[in-house]
Amino acid sequence: MSNPKDAIKEKSMVIQKEMLANLFTELSNAKANGKKVVYTFVPGNLTELILAMDMLPVYPEINALQSGMRKKSGGYIKDAEKMGFSEDVCTYVKCDIGMMLNGNIGPTGEKLPEPDLLLLSYTGCFTFLKWFENLERLYPGVEIAMLHTPYQEDGVITEEQIRYMVKQLEQDVIPKMEKVAGKKLDYDRLSKMLDNAAKAEDLWVKVLEAAKNRPSPIDSYFAGVYYMGPLNTAFRGTEEAVQYYEELLHEVTERMEQGLCPVTPEGEMKEEKFRLVVEGPPNWTNFREFWKIFYDMGAVIVASTYTKVGGLYDQGFRHEPGKPLDSLAKYCMGCYTNLNLPQRVDLIEHYIKEYKADGFLINSIKSCNSFSAGQLLMMREVEQRCGIPVGFIESDLVDPRYFSYANIKNRLESYFQMLGQRKVILAQEEVGA
Amino acid sequence: MTSLLDECKSLAFDLNFSYAKQWKAKSKFRLLVGYLPIYIPREIIHAANGLPVGIMGVGDRKQIIKGDAYYQSYICHLPRGIIEMALDNNLDNFDGFLFPSICDCVRNLSGMFKLAKKGKFMRYFDYPQNFEKHIGGTFYRELLETVIGDMFQINDWKITTSHLNDAIALYNRNRDLIETVYNIRDEFPWRLSAVDVYHIIRAGMVINVEKHNEMLEEIVDLMQYDFGEPMDNIRVVISGSFCEQPPIGLIKSIEMAGCYIVDDDFMLGSRWIQGKIRSTTPDPLNELVDAFLTKSGPSSAIYDVGNPKSARLVAQVRKRHADGVVFCAASFCDPALLDRPDLQKACDDAGIAHINFQFHENTGQFKVIKEQAGTFSDSIKLWV
Repeated sequence: MSNPKDAIKEKSMVIQKEMLANLFTELSNAKANGKKVVYTFVPGNLTELILAMDMLPVYPEINALQSGMRKKSGGYIKDAEKMGFSEDVCTYVKCDIGMMLNGNIGPTGEKLPEPDLLLLSYTGCFTFLKWFENLERLYPGVEIAMLHTPYQEDGVITEEQIRYMVKQLEQDVIPKMEKVAGKKLDYDRLSKMLDNAAKAEDLWVKVLEAAKNRPSPIDSYFAGVYYMGPLNTAFRGTEEAVQYYEELLHEVTERMEQGLCPVTPEGEMKEEKFRLVVEGPPNWTNFREFWKIFYDMGAVIVASTYTKVGGLYDQGFRHEPGKPLDSLAKYCMGCYTNLNLPQRVDLIEHYIKEYKADGFLINSIKSCNSFSAGQLLMMREVEQRCGIPVGFIESDLVDPRYFSYANIKNRLESYFQMLGQRKVILAQEEVGA
Repeated sequence: MTSLLDECKSLAFDLNFSYAKQWKAKSKFRLLVGYLPIYIPREIIHAANGLPVGIMGVGDRKQIIKGDAYYQSYICHLPRGIIEMALDNNLDNFDGFLFPSICDCVRNLSGMFKLAKKGKFMRYFDYPQNFEKHIGGTFYRELLETVIGDMFQINDWKITTSHLNDAIALYNRNRDLIETVYNIRDEFPWRLSAVDVYHIIRAGMVINVEKHNEMLEEIVDLMQYDFGEPMDNIRVVISGSFCEQPPIGLIKSIEMAGCYIVDDDFMLGSRWIQGKIRSTTPDPLNELVDAFLTKSGPSSAIYDVGNPKSARLVAQVRKRHADGVVFCAASFCDPALLDRPDLQKACDDAGIAHINFQFHENTGQFKVIKEQAGTFSDSIKLWV
């Protein structure tokens, strides 16, 4: 394998890198070009609405994770803590606020523009609400729009909930967006974008489902977080995103046809020993080290819940050009962290069976209660229902103080030993039978 | 007074909810509906022939064994105590549970109750965060109607206009009496300790409102008499303890360190609605909706852009003539801790002194907190 410093990149990754670089250049020139900037969140994002009004989105949690990967989050978090934020609270929030305190320099080294609109499409995470209350105070006078997304507490999306969301969109959110954008929303343009979104979503689902193959040609977690980028952020609804997913699917199909394993930063995996389903976000500060523990052991993540925070397309949801606002409402309510715990357990069980996983692993994130609270009960439920070994590790999103490499590696090695032993026993039983 | 206070103390920390269970046993049409902090419109439960029962955590009164196996170390203490109670059958005979929209921990706890099949219904009570009558108001009304439907499924008790108006009147009276207790204590903080007031209010969360009103009336009467000795204490407002409750020892330590607690957010749900709700209209549900939209007090659970809680905290300090604020939040309480920097800044801007510390509901060591509160008190007495 090659030097770990030189990550191997597929063509689709190069395309995505270019897309992101162009976006950040556009953002850095936004004020000069008279473009309005909208700060918003990934889960339940309204990207098509933003783009249909010629505005540019900025996603604070993407900035935070980028800061984590670039080893800057530790300092940002400490600066936010000096300002009075407790050690106990969400590190995405602290990283974002710390980044602002340090000049709001984005991942490309250029200053991010200040927002013209704070668009809180608050889906599946209560902390988002508190985050935007804080941002509102840090950017006084900036227009702020809030879209309250009801939780799927009963495991279904009701007509009442859809009506509530559509009314918010029609009577509060869109008028505020139009005011900032200085133009009316063009519904035809929005529908066209939703059509593009649905095309990209079709392709994305095919990519995800390629992992049902043995060996899986993709890693649905570590590589999945890159693959999901365009769809979950500033590109959903664009032609570019459709082209990106066409290229990605082409690569994945080719690898599948050749019986190849996933590509890692150190090249192609040679053997798929273990197939896992993973729950919870990854750690960003030590992302490559973390991933390496898995691919060194031949472990491939065939399905993950984290790649569904931006939408459960593999369960059938598609944006609908004919019903734009209803569709946006359903999209927001359908994101993974907006599901109740029984739904989450059902989904994980489905993944384990559908993707023929050998094990189920939870990466429990210290500062993300939306994911983490209840995970120990979920783990027991999954173990009971599926009868496969479950593993549990703990880390954090972007606080390097909570990533203990030795501890995590030790736990994972024991877990993989257990999986290996179980495979031997199952094989012996099969021979005996 | 002593016997009343003893009764309140015993009710407040009866984790078997004996009173509520006995109340329910008197009729097969009665319901017990447990709710977590912070706010539930208890009027609808009362009108449905039910008893709303506040489940405020186990404090330092119950050893947590099983609950710790359900939660990682970095999650607050409240839900582990509640799961422990559920698994130990403390919550048997409860018909339903409501989990107000406070944070992701409480939200996910509602799912844990679903998975564990506790109660005949369990519902995440998703307050609207839009406060327009025809948007958030409609959504909230539908939510109330859903809960009413849940209760009807169990006891077949049809809520009438008159039932609901009566319940609204009873809770109006309850809030009014609680406010009177706080007002008297504001003027004469030595007449009752903060711990006594805490027990009085918390007792009201596990008994029927009629009985609590009787107790409060008696307490208010007794508080008219001057007793106790004024101390050379400063006056503080406690902020941040609205969900997981501080241990009694902590409240006592703050007062013993020289700080009269003249206002707090301990059991915020009992004081949530500011003022009276109309109780003689043909559409009382509409009155409850309006009250939530327009008369809710400040809370970290409610989106506050346009009506910031920082300004409301400063106003509360001024109203109570307090010398300072004690920010006292549970560890890992995202809503309180994410609000704290802004609230502290508002205090700084208004020239209000403040200190902060964090606790767990079962914190057992108060020496450091007492010293911190004592120093705070001394510094204000000496220098301000």
